Amino acid sequence: MAGAESVITFRETQMRFGRVRALEQFDLDVRRGEFVALVGPSGCGKSTVLRLASGLIDATGGTMDRATDNVGYVFQDATLMPWRTVRENVELLGELEGMDKAERKRKTDEVLSLVRLTEFEDHYPRTLSGGMKMRASLARSLLLDPELFLFDEPFGALDQISRARLNEELMALFGVKRFSSVFVTHSVDEATFLATRVFVMCARPGRIVEEFRVPFDYPRDPAIRYSTEFSKLAGAIAEALREAS
Amino acid sequence: MTLHAGVPETQEIFEEEFTDTGTWREGAMTTMKNSVPPLLVFLVFLGFWYLMTYLVLDPGRRWLLPPPHEVVTEGFLVWDTFLEIMEGLWLSTKVALMGLAIAWVIGSTMALMMSQAKWIERSLYPWAVASQTVPILALVPIIGFWFGFGVTSRVIVCVIISLFPIVINTLTGLLSADRGLHALLSLHGASRWTRATKLQIPAALPHIFTGLRTAAGLSVIGAIVGDFFFGRGKPGLGLLLDKYASRLQSEELLATVFVACMLGIVVFWGFGAMGRRIVGAWDPYWAGEQDA
Repeated sequence: MAGAESVITFRETQMRFGRVRALEQFDLDVRRGEFVALVGPSGCGKSTVLRLASGLIDATGGTMDRATDNVGYVFQDATLMPWRTVRENVELLGELEGMDKAERKRKTDEVLSLVRLTEFEDHYPRTLSGGMKMRASLARSLLLDPELFLFDEPFGALDQISRARLNEELMALFGVKRFSSVFVTHSVDEATFLATRVFVMCARPGRIVEEFRVPFDYPRDPAIRYSTEFSKLAGAIAEALREAS
Repeated sequence: MTLHAGVPETQEIFEEEFTDTGTWREGAMTTMKNSVPPLLVFLVFLGFWYLMTYLVLDPGRRWLLPPPHEVVTEGFLVWDTFLEIMEGLWLSTKVALMGLAIAWVIGSTMALMMSQAKWIERSLYPWAVASQTVPILALVPIIGFWFGFGVTSRVIVCVIISLFPIVINTLTGLLSADRGLHALLSLHGASRWTRATKLQIPAALPHIFTGLRTAAGLSVIGAIVGDFFFGRGKPGLGLLLDKYASRLQSEELLATVFVACMLGIVVFWGFGAMGRRIVGAWDPYWAGEQDA
């Protein structure tokens, strides 16, 4: 990996909210085309990392450098606008960024078919299942072809089956688009299945305590989740996570 | 032990989930299901009324509660009386709707300002609450003193009593927009204006209709109550009530009461229909109202 260009770099980054030390001495490098997962106990500042990375908030110390402004943010909930249909929701960012109408339509068609929601484009979110809402949310962030994706526990609210399925779909998307990602999750399995590197964080103050390299090639077969190698690695990550909590 | 000890209420809820995509027949069935029970209650009410008039009241005191058919013949079938009541209805409707329109403009502006800056919210909110707690009767003499005892003062009463639900519901709605969506709009450089038009106002619509519907009902009350105090000029429904009561014309009095009730119901229903039409497709609350 040495020599690959960084998309985002944190150096001794510090974030304080009043007296609360959310992050301290936080270092992280995400290289182009790399899928990084962050796992850690609740309240360890995982979401803070994403807010800093997106520029929603500014660090109180250290530095954060980002090589691109084209960032996609996927939230824990689908955060769709209930008054817009699936298609209208997907078009939102195009409207905000002044994408012209024909281009917007073309891109919307493309991303809707990528997440297999074409036949539901005229549905309002309230009539969709949790998994479909999340896919619509993914489609929305794909519209602008972001170079860097920030995922804030996007599948945490879904049932196991939908979650596994969306992991596989995200894997396929990553295979096609090769964006760079920071993926925050509570699930060790999810992190191991998706990421090139998994970082374990500890709380108060939040920082990285351990790094794991995931050796599997992309695209990954869903069945690797049941292999011995996968279990061993996931077990080691889970152990590190337990120590960090 | 029975395996099918289905709870009827639960069963109905589940069945409704599957029958709402109805055909014409199912639609007609739903209408029947919804309209027959209240109609039965109305019939029971009429029966009770006749009972009171003919069995409870002594013939010499029957004028206190004339039977329903006499209310209809005296109140609605005598042309002059009918005309008088309809003119009163028209005036009260105008007063109520004018008051509501003004309250809507003022209330929405207040709510919009309050949603944009915390300090404005802190400054205005207590006054919005105060406008609700001030006993309107205490203000009546001074409203009359300043604006005369005619239509203007009646409209002002309507504005004051319908302002509160509009401000509160609109503000709640404007602030209800999802935090994630706020963040998303910020990330893509949305201006205050874009944020308001693309996020806050659409998110507020269901609440706005709830507020309007409540306010409309209150405005009708204001128009009728205002009449009692500001009697100059053409009479609205309130003045007619006053007049018929003082002349012991109970048939006309009850006919006017009926018309006043109908006005309240129609206004409430009208704004409900508007809400269902505009936001019913996507808002769970107003979509649920669709069955009502």
